[in-house]
Amino acid sequence: MSGVSLEIKPSETVVLLGPSGCGKTTLLKLINRLIEPDSGVIEIDGRSNLSTAPHTLRRKIGYVIQDVGLLPHLNIEQNISLVNQIDQHPLKKDRLIELVQFTGLSTKLLSKHPSQLSGGQQQRVGIARALANDPSLILMDEPFSALDNITRNQLQDDFLRIPALKEKTIVLVTHDVQEAFKLGDRIALLNQGQIQQFGSPFELLTHPINDFVRSFLNKDRLALFLQNHKIDNRTIEELINDESIGQEEKHTILTRALSSLYL
Amino acid sequence: MNLWEFIISHWDEVVDQTSQHLKLTVISMALASFIGVFIGVLITRVEKIASVTLGFVGVIQTIPSLALLGFLLPLVGIGTTPAIIALFLYALLPIVRNTYTGIKEIDASVKEASIGMGMTRRQLLRYVELPLAFPIILAGIRTSAVINVGVATLCALIAAGGLGEFIFRGISLNNTSMILAGALPASLLAIFLDGVLGLIQRYYRRKETWVGMLGISIILLAGNGFTSASKDTKLVAGFNSEFIERADGYIGLDSLYDLPFEIKEMEIALMYRALHEGDVDIIDGFSTDGRVQAFDLSLLADDKGYFPPYYAIPLVNGQTLQEYPELINCFDLIANQMSDSLMSALNYEIDYNQRPLNGVANEFLKSLNIYANENAGSSDTPDIIIGSKAFTENFLLAHIFSQLIENKTGLKTRLQLGFGGTKLVFDALRLGEIDIYPEYTGTAYLVLLNKQPNEIDDFNDPQQVLASTTASLKSEYGIEVMSPLGFNNTFALMMRKTHADSLKIYSISQLSDYLRRE
Repeated sequence: MSGVSLEIKPSETVVLLGPSGCGKTTLLKLINRLIEPDSGVIEIDGRSNLSTAPHTLRRKIGYVIQDVGLLPHLNIEQNISLVNQIDQHPLKKDRLIELVQFTGLSTKLLSKHPSQLSGGQQQRVGIARALANDPSLILMDEPFSALDNITRNQLQDDFLRIPALKEKTIVLVTHDVQEAFKLGDRIALLNQGQIQQFGSPFELLTHPINDFVRSFLNKDRLALFLQNHKIDNRTIEELINDESIGQEEKHTILTRALSSLYL
Repeated sequence: MNLWEFIISHWDEVVDQTSQHLKLTVISMALASFIGVFIGVLITRVEKIASVTLGFVGVIQTIPSLALLGFLLPLVGIGTTPAIIALFLYALLPIVRNTYTGIKEIDASVKEASIGMGMTRRQLLRYVELPLAFPIILAGIRTSAVINVGVATLCALIAAGGLGEFIFRGISLNNTSMILAGALPASLLAIFLDGVLGLIQRYYRRKETWVGMLGISIILLAGNGFTSASKDTKLVAGFNSEFIERADGYIGLDSLYDLPFEIKEMEIALMYRALHEGDVDIIDGFSTDGRVQAFDLSLLADDKGYFPPYYAIPLVNGQTLQEYPELINCFDLIANQMSDSLMSALNYEIDYNQRPLNGVANEFLKSLNIYANENAGSSDTPDIIIGSKAFTENFLLAHIFSQLIENKTGLKTRLQLGFGGTKLVFDALRLGEIDIYPEYTGTAYLVLLNKQPNEIDDFNDPQQVLASTTASLKSEYGIEVMSPLGFNNTFALMMRKTHADSLKIYSISQLSDYLRRE
């Protein structure tokens, strides 16, 4: 990777998007020093991330990965409180229950072992674990990619709904354009180790900066537009499905909207 | 005496040997577990040395146990210390390898998540690697433990005690009950240890398991008398297992001469070196052994005439002799051709001058004007198979037999040398697995035929012992005795020459006087 520069605002969710091998995971792992940079600086709250010991740094950054990586010999409660245990400040019981409820889990699962949980439940535990130490920054590496469509949609919806996640700064890696548009406040589209475009989903959709961006989004363009472009706070998709709106009006809305997309 | 009777009558010894055996195993396993896991963890951290290390502990595993014990002898002497070192080394491989593999095979995502959440190296080891690899590590420890119980029987050969004492004594004395009295508890011990470790493997997450283990260890330690009370004596004797039990061995010798010294049980092959190195002061050697000269040892005179004659005789399977009667004439050619001093000199050539066995055998035959092929005894389709016990003189005699037979009869022979005890080689002869091997009259009389000295008029008369042995071997086992070779390889007590000279001990009576003097 070279020449990568981006600034992420507090409480913002930034999605690193791109084809496989584009460097999005490398960029993510540079943040919590699972990969060390050859050169360059990453600052968190104004301080270089190289100025703290890697393990101290990582304890202040939540980390969620595709295969979850729960410890199979510990139960769910122990798994969630593991960061606190290694950091030597125990997780309080009410905080634990709060986390479990946030992430849409049942407290009955706390005494179970990871192998007894479904894939979706496991990833919810993974998110609860990342939140346990109350970090201000959370890194997510393809968190929902291993799940089936229905479960993935549920988790994505919950992701947007969980209040604890809303106030966190989140960097999320995905290769799934739909997911990027659904979850990201801003999207950094990467290719061949470089950021092609960094901006809001709408910007990428309507003002692609180069051919790569245009072609990468081309296949999903219409769907993304219908799902994301809002008129009076409602997406076009919602408007079209609204029974109370007449056919004539729907037609006008669509024509007007599409012209803004393709002209 | 059947096994049950034997065990009951030797109960104290069974308990004693079992606890010694357990002690050797537990101590060496504890060491191997700690150090093995440590090495295993280390090589997951320093990948570069992993294959070298695994290769090295693998090579240790391939060293024959007796060779390893022999190698340790000059370094750490005899007894419990070299035994535990050897057992420890043998136990390492499965533990190191399983630790390494167990840690390496942990799901990469689990490791990544753990490191990503901020675990240090040490925390990763404690919370993730060791707990997850634990079942595999313990499987390695179980494998080691079972092997270890088996190998520990060999420790009897270097005076470390254990159930090997019964096994080796039984093998050399042709006593099946005695072998089983060692082998059976050893098997039970292996099953027991494996079972205990299996329980740990299953229930290691529960606290009660570890409390229970601690309890068992304390009971074992307390009950087993880890402080071995050694007799405070002036001199230490190293006797081989056969000598300790034999009718013509230590028990009779002690009652005739009164010899109060501490006895360490050890293997014939290691005995001379142990004496030479000063680990023991007295051994029961063979008078014609080449190492007597090589290690500058002094034979104590048997001034009360205790030891019976041990004239070397070729034993031949009866059926073989029927098929090839020419063997009789053949052996007559070397009858009475070997004196005590000649045999000692031949043994010395091999033990001290490191000459090859077949070369020395060939030279001896040349002196009788028999010009034999030096490389005899390697036929793939032999007419006759020649066996031997595992010491130099027996090896040499077997080579002489082989070269002689091939030269004089044209029969093809093959050598099958190094049987680990009188019982093993004799059974092989009886069952026709081998056709010929060199034996000694006293041994044949007392051990093979299990006769008492008082069954003939004069147990010290070579002719009477020979006649009685020949007749009984033929009638009881159909085994034929050929003409004696001429020399008498008797048991003899031996000391280092310098030591004997300084104490002025030249006969067994003088030794007894010295030991009993205040």
